Amino acid sequence: MSKKENTITPPPDTMEKEYSTLNLGPTHPATHGIFQNVLKMDGEIIHDSLPTLGYIHRAFEKLAERRPYAQITTLTDRLNYCSSPINNIGWHTAVEKLIGAEIPKRVDYLRVIIMELSRISDHIICNTIIGQDTGATTGFLYLFQWREHIYDIFESICGARLTTNICRIGGFDREWPQVTWDRIDAFLKGFPKALNEFNGLLERNKIFMDRTIKCGPISAERALANGFTGPNLRAAGVDYDVRVATPYSSYQDFDFIIPIGTNGDTYDRFTVRQEEMRQSMRIIEQAIKNLPAGAPHADIPDFFLPPKEQVYNNMEALIYHFKIVMGETDIPKGEVYHCVEGGNGELGFYLISDGGRTPFRLHFRRPCFIYYQGYAEMIKGSLLSDAIITMSSMNVIAGELDA
Amino acid sequence: MSKENLDKINERLNAEFPGGVLAAELLYDFPVFTIDHTKSHAIIQFLKEDPELDFHFLTDLTAMQTADEKQLGVIYHLHNMKKNMRVRVKTFFDINKPEVDSITNLWPSANWMERESYDFFGVRFKGHPNMVRILNVDEMDIFPLRKEYPLEDQTREDKDDKMFGR
Repeated sequence: MSKKENTITPPPDTMEKEYSTLNLGPTHPATHGIFQNVLKMDGEIIHDSLPTLGYIHRAFEKLAERRPYAQITTLTDRLNYCSSPINNIGWHTAVEKLIGAEIPKRVDYLRVIIMELSRISDHIICNTIIGQDTGATTGFLYLFQWREHIYDIFESICGARLTTNICRIGGFDREWPQVTWDRIDAFLKGFPKALNEFNGLLERNKIFMDRTIKCGPISAERALANGFTGPNLRAAGVDYDVRVATPYSSYQDFDFIIPIGTNGDTYDRFTVRQEEMRQSMRIIEQAIKNLPAGAPHADIPDFFLPPKEQVYNNMEALIYHFKIVMGETDIPKGEVYHCVEGGNGELGFYLISDGGRTPFRLHFRRPCFIYYQGYAEMIKGSLLSDAIITMSSMNVIAGELDA
Repeated sequence: MSKENLDKINERLNAEFPGGVLAAELLYDFPVFTIDHTKSHAIIQFLKEDPELDFHFLTDLTAMQTADEKQLGVIYHLHNMKKNMRVRVKTFFDINKPEVDSITNLWPSANWMERESYDFFGVRFKGHPNMVRILNVDEMDIFPLRKEYPLEDQTREDKDDKMFGR
């Protein structure tokens, strides 16, 4: 039978091409958070998609206009809750920039340890979930216990695990206990082996490579136009990292490599994060090796709470304590943009102070809110199953998306 | 370094747009320009496309209300990653006629950020492809981040808050 006989040609203008509509989310296990995509499907190919967001909007910017500076830390916890210590410390460094505080090197180094640990935990979540969504559950369950160990470290410092509220304006509220250092040592000894095992499961695995290479690619130009930052931008081949471009918290003292990819596809995003975890380990090792001695906080009595025994016996300390707790400390007028390298991109704090007890205006530059716009473009014309792993590889966190 | 950048950019902008720059200052080592809102699109396009300035990345776009509550503003943060220069561009306009040109044709990433600014402050971006709310419900009829909408219900009598908050 020739080809012509086998095809049915309807008379012209009698049939229209039809698309079907598919709701991906808002509460679907594969979206890893509360957000919705209304997909226009041509069979299994995505023709168009319309993202809807705002399901867990909590008005943080409005709330921040009513809270004293120290109390805003708990709002930042709930932005990117996979790496809340980075948000906390980003906020503290933003306020320290506003008040012009001089922070001792010891505080910087301790903060770097915390931030790199939380970067590792953020990347563990993202990369193991890529594995999970491609069908490799083992890595997810195996590496998640190391995330637990990181949370144990946070718990020994600040008492909380997920929404940490770690660190204070000016430094740490107390010296780290010995158990923290023991846990960090145990983590540094054990984690590289686990990471290599996880790497061995996926990185050169033929099935995983076939599944992720050329899946959800984006070029460097389009990534920049869509406001990508962080590992997603670096996977597209742009070596922009806030830690190097505008060092904060003494990142200029450390020797580390910024890994970049070439294609900006899911596989590149995965491998960039894998390498970043190894580089974070290097940074932590350097910070511990070169840790300066001294107090774990800056000498800024206006902002840093005095020791409790002085509050009871010393007039001055009592006044400072009262002023800080009630939020009556004088704050200079000014406006600051401060950015840190969050787990998924450039996390910025645009802070306008009019000298009042609360910020006049506070805007969070939330990386995934901006780069999630590129998602529709990345999945257009791809299969539905590719759209799922593209989303998990972009590390979109609902809390940060919706503020 | 930042001071030199400020002077250089200011010189270029004044040569290109006489009267377009209303103020140029250095705030916390950050070059800040306040520009005329009718020329905002042209000035930002110049900052982006000029080969020497080359602010090719839109870091952030947000809105604010001035302290006298009579004006709204839009704040752009631009970044030249190659030279690692940043600049903040602010533009203010009357709250009763909150209109400014959209820059979505320069950066697709401005799309949601402009929608967010509209959602919270009611800034209308002319030329935006889809000027609807993004985070709040579509039925909302106020712009919640404006100062005229206090955070708590002002009719409450059980709470004496005059010592705290704004």
